Amino acid sequence: MTSVTQSTREVTPTPTPEHPVNKARERIGDRVFSGLATGSGVTILLILAMVAGFLLVQAFPALATSPAELEAKGYGQFWSWILPFAWGTVYASFWALLMAVPVAIGIALFISHYAPRRLASSLGYVIDLLAAVPSVVFGLWGSMVLAPAVQPLYLWLNTYLGWIPFFSGQPSGTGRTLLTASIVLAVMILPIITSLSREVFLQTPVLHQEAALALGATRWEMIKMAVLPFGRAGIVSSVMLGLGRALGETMAVAMVLSGAPVITLEILTSQNPNTIAAVIAQNFPEAYGLKTNQLIAGGLTLFVITLVVNSIARLIVSRYKEFSGAN
Amino acid sequence: MSKRIEVNDLNCFYGKFKAVEDVSMTIQPRSVTAFIGPSGCGKSTFLRTLNRMHEVIPGAYVEGEVLIDGNNLYGPGVDPVNVRRQVGMVFQRPNPFPTMSIKDNVLAGYRLNKERMKNSEAEALLEKSLRSANLWEEVKNRLDKPGSGLSGGQQQRLCIARAIAMQPEVLLMDEPCSALDPISTLAVEDLVQELKETYTIVIVTHNMQQAARVSDETAFFNIAGTGAPGKLIEMSSTEKIFSTPDIKATEDYITGRFG
Repeated sequence: MTSVTQSTREVTPTPTPEHPVNKARERIGDRVFSGLATGSGVTILLILAMVAGFLLVQAFPALATSPAELEAKGYGQFWSWILPFAWGTVYASFWALLMAVPVAIGIALFISHYAPRRLASSLGYVIDLLAAVPSVVFGLWGSMVLAPAVQPLYLWLNTYLGWIPFFSGQPSGTGRTLLTASIVLAVMILPIITSLSREVFLQTPVLHQEAALALGATRWEMIKMAVLPFGRAGIVSSVMLGLGRALGETMAVAMVLSGAPVITLEILTSQNPNTIAAVIAQNFPEAYGLKTNQLIAGGLTLFVITLVVNSIARLIVSRYKEFSGAN
Repeated sequence: MSKRIEVNDLNCFYGKFKAVEDVSMTIQPRSVTAFIGPSGCGKSTFLRTLNRMHEVIPGAYVEGEVLIDGNNLYGPGVDPVNVRRQVGMVFQRPNPFPTMSIKDNVLAGYRLNKERMKNSEAEALLEKSLRSANLWEEVKNRLDKPGSGLSGGQQQRLCIARAIAMQPEVLLMDEPCSALDPISTLAVEDLVQELKETYTIVIVTHNMQQAARVSDETAFFNIAGTGAPGKLIEMSSTEKIFSTPDIKATEDYITGRFG
């Protein structure tokens, strides 16, 4: 904005008595506010740049050291070390999203279009409260309450649906498996997806909803025709925020899972791939020297994974831009 | 396809507020009936009772009966969804679905009827509806583009095409030209004249010239004051309403000596 105003000012001809130039007066409030807004924008970029810089600089030694040397110190080659954890991170988040997204959108639609107004507002409030629970509490709940409770279900899944690769293998006796971690993650990301989707659904223009109803749409058909398409970009954004939280979640996963460096599709066994964030948290206290660098390189990998996933989501949204209704 | 509408002692409510009181009228098939009256007199509210869209608003309900060819829309066991499939509606502001292409917009209502449609049938219906709405020539090369990319007048005709693709018995229009420029208005008015050959049309308008131009019958609504319910004052042939109305209030409104 500032540059535009400046360039306009430059081409403005000098005022003559016949042509008084309609120059906008600089108002002090405008200048202060634009300064504040620009400053905030610059700050977030700076913070991001500093984090990225820290990760790059600190990760560099681990990435530059020859595989043989890492091997000799017992840390393992970087890629073969990080790969199972990267897999565990993405895989656990995938299951968490698979469980959380349909439920979250269902709750959001219930609040925005089905529930009586009084129930809707109190329900929305309760959902938002869920977001305030610290993740360590979720971790405790997951390992002490949820894991033993779902263990019989895992046995059942393994016995009757064991032919599906996800449910095969030797089921864990404690219930502290990747699926349990994913359920905890799902509960944790539920509030953010629900809140944001609800806001988007509530903003669907009445005009479009009535257009659908007047064509003889039932309520569900109206939601399919008007509400969900209108909210698509918002849903994707909320899912991305939820995914960001799931990918980076540390405590809850660390407390539920006793992870191992394995890559597997099985989610009910006691041999579970750990997540990057949990590995960093579990190993950092005793790490020194090159090991620290290696862990930070793990953090860099997580950063890149999040970036890639977000970019893909943006790409999907922008493909439908023409039909977003923004024009 | 067109049907006669008979309304008996109809009252409309928004919660405790009575918005329209005691309306009885008969609307002839294959004609255009215009509702005129000052803002807030309940003409749009009343129009929306004819396809059960009134009750979509929380707390809104209706007393009385609306008969379309003898069948009460408000009878027990009548599904509002079915009513709306038979009584099409065009709104004040053009509202094509922004996330759908022109083609999908026109076929949106038809696709709600579960039956599967052959591709060739869909194409035929698409062309027929768009031709009836005088829009085909303008959009035939961009059927897959979003409907929201059209001009306001084109969007409104797209909405008309969407409504008539359902092959309704009645077409309700709620101030369809109030957001349009004069040329688009003329296009929609011409269209109304063509459509009345096939459909029963009810149109709400703020524009008295428009009512005089397009309608065969005119109904004048009025309110006694703020908070009072709207009432049907007089209904007669458009010619009579605009030349020798029976009631003084109608004459005052028509001649601009109102209020």
